[in-house]
Amino acid sequence: MNFQTTIGLEVHVELKTNSKIYSPSPVQYGVEPNLNTNVIDWAYPGTLPTLNKGVVRDGIMAGLALHANITKHMHFDRKNYFYPDNPKAYQVTQSDTPIATDGWVEIEVNGKKKKIGIAEMHIEEDAGKNTHTGQYSYVDLNRQGTPLIEIVSKPDIASADEAVAYLEALRQRIQFTGISDVKMEEGSMRVDTNISIRPFGSDQFGTKTEMKNINSFNYVKNALEFEEKRHQQVILSGGTIAQETRRYDEATKETVSMRSKEGSEDYRYFPEPDIPPLDVSDEWINEIKGEMPEMPGERRKRYTNDLGLSDYDAMVLTQTKEMSDFFDEAVKDEADPKRVANYLMNDVNSYLNDEQVDLQDTKLTPANLAGMVKLITDGTISSKMAKKVFKGIVAGEEPAAYAKAHGLVQLSDPKELQPIIDDILANNQQSIEDFKNGKDRAVGYLVGQIMKQTRGKANPQVVNQLLMKSLNAQ
Amino acid sequence: MAEKIDRQEVKHVADLAKLSFDDAALDKITPQLEEIIDLFTDLQKVDTDGVEPMYTPTTEHNVMREDKGVQSGQRDELLANAPETHDGLIKVPAIIDESEDGE
Repeated sequence: MNFQTTIGLEVHVELKTNSKIYSPSPVQYGVEPNLNTNVIDWAYPGTLPTLNKGVVRDGIMAGLALHANITKHMHFDRKNYFYPDNPKAYQVTQSDTPIATDGWVEIEVNGKKKKIGIAEMHIEEDAGKNTHTGQYSYVDLNRQGTPLIEIVSKPDIASADEAVAYLEALRQRIQFTGISDVKMEEGSMRVDTNISIRPFGSDQFGTKTEMKNINSFNYVKNALEFEEKRHQQVILSGGTIAQETRRYDEATKETVSMRSKEGSEDYRYFPEPDIPPLDVSDEWINEIKGEMPEMPGERRKRYTNDLGLSDYDAMVLTQTKEMSDFFDEAVKDEADPKRVANYLMNDVNSYLNDEQVDLQDTKLTPANLAGMVKLITDGTISSKMAKKVFKGIVAGEEPAAYAKAHGLVQLSDPKELQPIIDDILANNQQSIEDFKNGKDRAVGYLVGQIMKQTRGKANPQVVNQLLMKSLNAQ
Repeated sequence: MAEKIDRQEVKHVADLAKLSFDDAALDKITPQLEEIIDLFTDLQKVDTDGVEPMYTPTTEHNVMREDKGVQSGQRDELLANAPETHDGLIKVPAIIDESEDGE
């Protein structure tokens, strides 16, 4: 029997706002436990939430970035559950009226393009953080109320590879809007998966299993592939799939049952009476459209059409917004785009890999990279010298000053080079004879002598020009 | 539609609210809840065709604040009201429920 797989993904994205969604407490990381909390976050009796306008704005921007329809009239809903990470005992979310509906992103797997639909997007609050040791759990409410956008895909995803391509596309578009860091490893992007299989051609979906909070793209791929196979094996051996939540075990690369879904969830949603309904005007939507940063696709077009980069270069540079912004900043002052692109894709990327850092956490600046590229272009330094200057600029040094201080400057001035050339020629009469007899190797030998004399600093192009002139005049 | 509530349902709702009732209490509460449901069944007979749903008792719309972070400075007072604390964290009995945080 052949099966077809259906995957749906729920992605939570943490927003980079200044304050929480329903309270003015700051949103920051790495601060003392419970520092960024107030009476609203602790759900003190008599406190009331007030909606953060910035969260609604970011939600609309995310909706626009994912080609979704923005909901004009919204209200919020309560999702009830008891857990110490949320003292209200309910999460204020959107159930009836998601902020955006019916969007899509385009993916490409094995050369085939496909649109994956987005059913809906909600704005809602995150919960606090629990740590567990032995008999006790410890609660930090700093994260309680941090704004989230939940993005629910349509069941359009047919394989683990498509799931990862979808997540990659989603991450990229959201990142380029600037509303979130969307980093899986830091929890600012979290993924829940649903998967089911059915015999080919069947119009009824199979029973689905769910996995929550998988924290890397690789694990998502492995977990879904494992589940897909497990479903097939269970069904082929005459069994039935239980609807349940499973956990992916990174060590064994297997999924294990966590709890049975039946009866365990009863969230009793109802409309949130403490937040008045929200009307979004066309005017506001248009204003946000106007603020939308350039998306990766538009940037790629600009890089290939206006700056003459290859499709591949344009694709690599737009992998992250940081890289793309850095590139734009570096080429805006006339540094050669192709050279800047090469340095970013090779030297800079391998530096980031070696040091395990992000571009924005280094001392390298767009101006200094552009400066170094200009020194290469105008012949002040050779590409070989640039390797050394690069070490300076990643340590925050200004390239021209660094090159000078370390003697990394090419000799390009004919007035300085000519006497050296004359001297070498005077001492190598044999080579001059050889040249006259048509032995081209003599030129190479003489250039080598000049480079040796200048300890590699002579500009090879200028040396060649001057040498040929001198030889022909002999 | 006079939907009756049975003891099982009352127990389920009590569980969701983290309440526990013994048999005697269930005997007493079940008929009371039935009466409340009857009342709502009456209310549901009102013709609400063409009436917009109301989500909040106020007539206000679009109440939002600007996105500015404000530190409350109330951390110590808030923690003083927690039953137990440890290094600035709220200490609670171990949570055995496996449900994920950050739903």
